[in-house]
Amino acid sequence: MTVETGHFALIVALILATLQSTVPLFGASRGRDDLMTLARHTAWGQLVCVAIAFSALMNAFATSDFSVTVVAQNSHSAKPFLYKLAATWGHHEGSLLLWILILVLFGVFVASAGRGMPLALRARVLAVQGMVAMGFLLFTLLTSNPFGRLDVPPIDGNSLNPLLQDPGLVIHPPLLYFGYVGLSTAFSFAVAALIEGKVTPDWARWARPWVLIAWSGLTMGIALGSWWAYYELGWGGFWFWDPVENASFMPWLVATALLHSILVVAKRDGFKGWTLFLAIMGFSLSLLGTFIVRSGLLTSVHAFATDPARGVFILGLLAVAIGGAFLLFAIRAPALEGGKGFQPVSREGALMLNNLLLATAAATVLLGTMYPLFLEAMSGEKVSVGPPYFNATFVPLMLPMLMLMAVAPLLSWRQAKLLPVVKRLWLAAVAGIGVAVFAIWAGDAGVGGVIGFGVAAWLGVGTIIGWLARLQGSSPLRRLIGLPMEVHGMTMAHLGAAILVAGMTATSVWQAEAIRLMRPGDSVELAGYNWALKDIGPRLGPNYRTVMAEFIVTDSDGDPVAKLYPERRFYPVAGQNTTEAGIHTLWYADLYAVIGEGNPSDGWAVRLYYNPLVPWMWFGAGVMSFGGLVSATGRLRVRRRAKAAGPQPAGAAA
Amino acid sequence: MKRFLYAVPLVGFIFLGIYLWNGLSKDPGVLPSALIDRPAPEFTLPPLAGREPAAALATADLATGKPMLVNFFASWCLPCRAEHPLVEALAREYGVTVHAINYKDKPQDAAAWLRALGDPYGKVGADSDGRVALEFGLYGVPETFVVDGKGKIRHRHAGALTAELVESTILPILAALQ
Repeated sequence: MTVETGHFALIVALILATLQSTVPLFGASRGRDDLMTLARHTAWGQLVCVAIAFSALMNAFATSDFSVTVVAQNSHSAKPFLYKLAATWGHHEGSLLLWILILVLFGVFVASAGRGMPLALRARVLAVQGMVAMGFLLFTLLTSNPFGRLDVPPIDGNSLNPLLQDPGLVIHPPLLYFGYVGLSTAFSFAVAALIEGKVTPDWARWARPWVLIAWSGLTMGIALGSWWAYYELGWGGFWFWDPVENASFMPWLVATALLHSILVVAKRDGFKGWTLFLAIMGFSLSLLGTFIVRSGLLTSVHAFATDPARGVFILGLLAVAIGGAFLLFAIRAPALEGGKGFQPVSREGALMLNNLLLATAAATVLLGTMYPLFLEAMSGEKVSVGPPYFNATFVPLMLPMLMLMAVAPLLSWRQAKLLPVVKRLWLAAVAGIGVAVFAIWAGDAGVGGVIGFGVAAWLGVGTIIGWLARLQGSSPLRRLIGLPMEVHGMTMAHLGAAILVAGMTATSVWQAEAIRLMRPGDSVELAGYNWALKDIGPRLGPNYRTVMAEFIVTDSDGDPVAKLYPERRFYPVAGQNTTEAGIHTLWYADLYAVIGEGNPSDGWAVRLYYNPLVPWMWFGAGVMSFGGLVSATGRLRVRRRAKAAGPQPAGAAA
Repeated sequence: MKRFLYAVPLVGFIFLGIYLWNGLSKDPGVLPSALIDRPAPEFTLPPLAGREPAAALATADLATGKPMLVNFFASWCLPCRAEHPLVEALAREYGVTVHAINYKDKPQDAAAWLRALGDPYGKVGADSDGRVALEFGLYGVPETFVVDGKGKIRHRHAGALTAELVESTILPILAALQ
């Protein structure tokens, strides 16, 4: 299969996307079933075409066809096979193609899943998705064609940025794109609802799984990106408030707000305009993220493709997609009927507070990321905003949020009494205070650390109390079986958040480090362990040279705990050095070693870290993400059952 | 009134679009500072504990009639270690005054670091909570500011100094300020 086949398939996909974005919409407005069902076929057609295009490109990478420009630029014949394949999406053009592939895959899901969805709504959602696909296909074909050929192909290729030759890169972008594209589906649902001019609880039930899938994908994708930065960049940190990180974090914050607010639409028929706004906003921020990374607008540590011409096109795309959606919002949303009333102390009230805090947090991050740009546009000055700003604004917003997360699930809809709920949570309060006192006793935690640990314990125990409270009654087992999946999912996600916060707090306040010049035979005492450098020397990798060290870590009794093999690699083709941290994961900490410059006579610069509870962060993020998926499956099941048994009374499944 | 509220996102987006359009024509390569040609921010920092001589660093120390460098460093920062020989060369061979601000560090670590690698600095202020770094708009460590005799910031370099950069930029700027 040649890349020209792929190019042709992509053009066919564009034609199908154009059809899908027009004909079903017309059909829906005229009530023509035949035109509406066309969307189903074009969705499948697009998937087939884009899959062909993607396979063609992947094949070019697998066979190292250096006559293809992007292969010559981003691959190398000596690269390990897995990374040749992963290089398919390790650059601008290929990652766009992956984006489109996931988009059309979701298109087929929307066309097939959610039985009982009215034909007109489905047609409109697919039409909006067709428009999004059209924009991205045009962008790819006009400004970022992955299928261009070189007149004089090189023999070996230019390799990929060696930092990206890594297992993390193989899965990080696809997961993140699952998140972004999932938000595009939520966006399509929102725009379709605006075109129809009505938002119903049923609409929310059909749209919610997509929000949850998007949220789970983003959670996992961001965690993987952070994990990659942690072990590959060798800075010993995990989050840097870098514009590219913020670009994925803002949609996550909005998606988190959205998955809570859409619950109110589903259960109480309220928060309609706000939910639509969040759905549009989530996708807008994803696009803005794409824009920031790919246009060179903001200076970043890891912006990997910058090109103003692409920027102009993306700006056009933003204007049509976001501008169009908000125009529609301004015209149609005021006419949406408001929901049922509620007291300030109620589930709705708590969710509203949740949304306010999350939206403010997202706005804070957006401001910090975009402010340099605003300032430059107004006064010509360039500034950059660093981590101190984000830590000072973001953390205080998240603390009340985390406190609230334990309380809200215990509140009833419409009207609730705070006192009984607070009484129920006494054990969580005791746990929180207990852990905080422990942190003070353990020492060096600081005010932030003490609060962080206390809040994590409060949230963890409070979440479990909330879950157990639903099992109370004559037959807990039957109640457990009858409990909807979304309750389990929510419990997992909130527990995951508690674990994550504990991990972040511990590593922020109790990280221990040693920086030394070391020679083989030297050893260092750090965090109660003895770290001995046994050996260090050059090795050869498939497409790199490396200096590898062997550390033997023993505990205070002299028993061996771990062997660490940090590396410092040199990739001759790209002329770049990378560090590979040597990490041994224990359940309560990571033992982490990085080597730097050095030579046999003076020794090597070595950094050793004891990172307490870092594994908890990744585990917590994983639990959160899994919780989101569990919740998504539950909704789908309830809907099918609801169809079989007739309409379900609103609010039956709390 | 309600209608207007629903149009807010649209209006906001239009403004954003204008700014983004504006940003496209700019060169993203340089990391700038809002402080260029302005007086250095007001600050007073305690001396770095464990270092001799123990001299506190304040804004007044930056306006002595002579151009100088202010170098942000931390013992946990590897690029700082990499650029350190250059800072020493600037101080010892070119006779440049280099004051340092120790960013978010434990005093004993920083003092040990200076003892191990050599201490080219005039005064060293300990910015243990990073507030002064915030005032300077620090992007990361290391970072180096060129301050003129009147205490105005004339140049900022984010990241480790390199021999080439010292030759081509730092020394000429210092020479021009003499």
